[in-house]
Amino acid sequence: MHPAPSVILFTVLSGMGFGLLAFLGLGAAQPLGLAAFLLWGLGYALAVGGLLASTFHLGNPQRALRAFTQWRTSWLSREGWTSVLTLLLLAPVALAAIFGGLLPPMFGATGAAMALLTVYCTSMIYAQLRTVPRWNHWTTPALFMCFALTGGAMLSGHNGAGAILALLLGGLLVFAFRRGDGAFADAGSTIGTATGLAGQVRQVAPPHTSENYLMKEMIYRVGRKHSRRLRIIAVLFASLLPAAIQLFVPPLPVVMGFAALLHLIGAFAARWLFFAEAEHVVGLYYDARPAAASIS
Amino acid sequence: MTALPPPSKVKLGLVIDLDTCVGCHACVTACKGWNDQGYGAPLSDMDAYGSAPCGTFLNRVHSYEAQESDTPSKIVNFPRSCLHCDNAPCVTVCPTGASYKRAEDGIVLVNEDACIGCGLCAWACPYGAREMDGEAGVMKKCTLCVDRIYNENLPEEDRVPACVRTCPTGARHFGDLGDPESAVSRLVAERGGYDLMPEMETAPVNKYLPPRRKGAADVAPLTPLLDVQASGFAGWLDRLLEKF
Repeated sequence: MHPAPSVILFTVLSGMGFGLLAFLGLGAAQPLGLAAFLLWGLGYALAVGGLLASTFHLGNPQRALRAFTQWRTSWLSREGWTSVLTLLLLAPVALAAIFGGLLPPMFGATGAAMALLTVYCTSMIYAQLRTVPRWNHWTTPALFMCFALTGGAMLSGHNGAGAILALLLGGLLVFAFRRGDGAFADAGSTIGTATGLAGQVRQVAPPHTSENYLMKEMIYRVGRKHSRRLRIIAVLFASLLPAAIQLFVPPLPVVMGFAALLHLIGAFAARWLFFAEAEHVVGLYYDARPAAASIS
Repeated sequence: MTALPPPSKVKLGLVIDLDTCVGCHACVTACKGWNDQGYGAPLSDMDAYGSAPCGTFLNRVHSYEAQESDTPSKIVNFPRSCLHCDNAPCVTVCPTGASYKRAEDGIVLVNEDACIGCGLCAWACPYGAREMDGEAGVMKKCTLCVDRIYNENLPEEDRVPACVRTCPTGARHFGDLGDPESAVSRLVAERGGYDLMPEMETAPVNKYLPPRRKGAADVAPLTPLLDVQASGFAGWLDRLLEKF
């Protein structure tokens, strides 16, 4: 799948933002005054910024409000609802913290649950697609949730939880990479099932001479040769380095900020791979053979 | 509404005969020609005269070589367009309700005025049946020429999809696949019509007819001619000459 920068930015930043909002909503960190303004502001900026970035890849963003209508069937629509509800539910909690008061924990807890539900809805947009076997698995929501929680724990200053979650994330990443490599073959779609033709099938003439929307969007293959190195970067930066810093370095704000930055780099690498390595079954019609077998 | 309707009684669709298709791409051209000027945004071309032209099409024709161990390899031309699935994954993922399946005849359509161009429906389709229009930013797909098949301003023989009307070899058939007695349903039964990627459980309405089995005939076609039984004078001469 084409790793569109807007979608990578959106999923990483808003995931981290909603993770931070969840931790703040749960009262895991209770900043007041200016500290509250900065932390809650960061959470809102990440979440809202990510949501705005997601509209950049729309063909007709002026109609985006229509995306709230189909929550009964569409994960994308549900994500719209949960994200807006989260931002609305947590607004009084944030304002109370900034102006020095505290609301009953029920308010924050409801908002926190909604924040995590938002991340879950985002992940299900991808996990629901049978056409992309690498995504069509519980590891997709697990990874998105784990990224959000790790980022949230780190940004809200929970070193212990942050370290444990980062390590869990690393394990999940490794497992998802390995499982994903065999996912396409396991799903059972081949050029034979795609065309219904018996025997060895190969394409002798493509339907068009240059790339079309399908090929640009879903048959992305550039850069896969670097996927081994990027996987190592993803695990190292998103998981191992931040975990080590949180466990062994004194928790100064500068150090924690640095750890969060490393985590963010790893998260971007992982999310780029999430798209770039995902193979869509439509590639079978174009005789684009799965490349995963040659990676590991 | 992007919830799928209960399975319709009438299931309009295409039956594509892979044995007969010669890969001339006339259906592609006819499709683009008709759908350029009627229903919804015209199918735009980007960089049409440049080095990397890229256009929106609702129908594409691949050519494959299929090689079975016991027969000579064969070239199969393979038109690919929307299969108007009963269990269409492109419909349920749509966040705006732009993508829908008609309850009365099962045609899957896009309401372009409600489409935000997010592309998720194209991701959900295993068959690559949906292409985003580069100019209009809305999703385009086969409409089964819904503006032809019910159009009483057209002569009756033209009330079929443009691709079916134009196919010079009669490789494309249009009809009601929900009616087991329809011509297309009988064709599917006779020729062993099949679904594409059945493992995706999309329940496509369109069916494909497999290429007929080809290869060396059991008896070479000229063999009977070698065994000529002469009669009359030629027969007498034949028998006489064999004596010497």
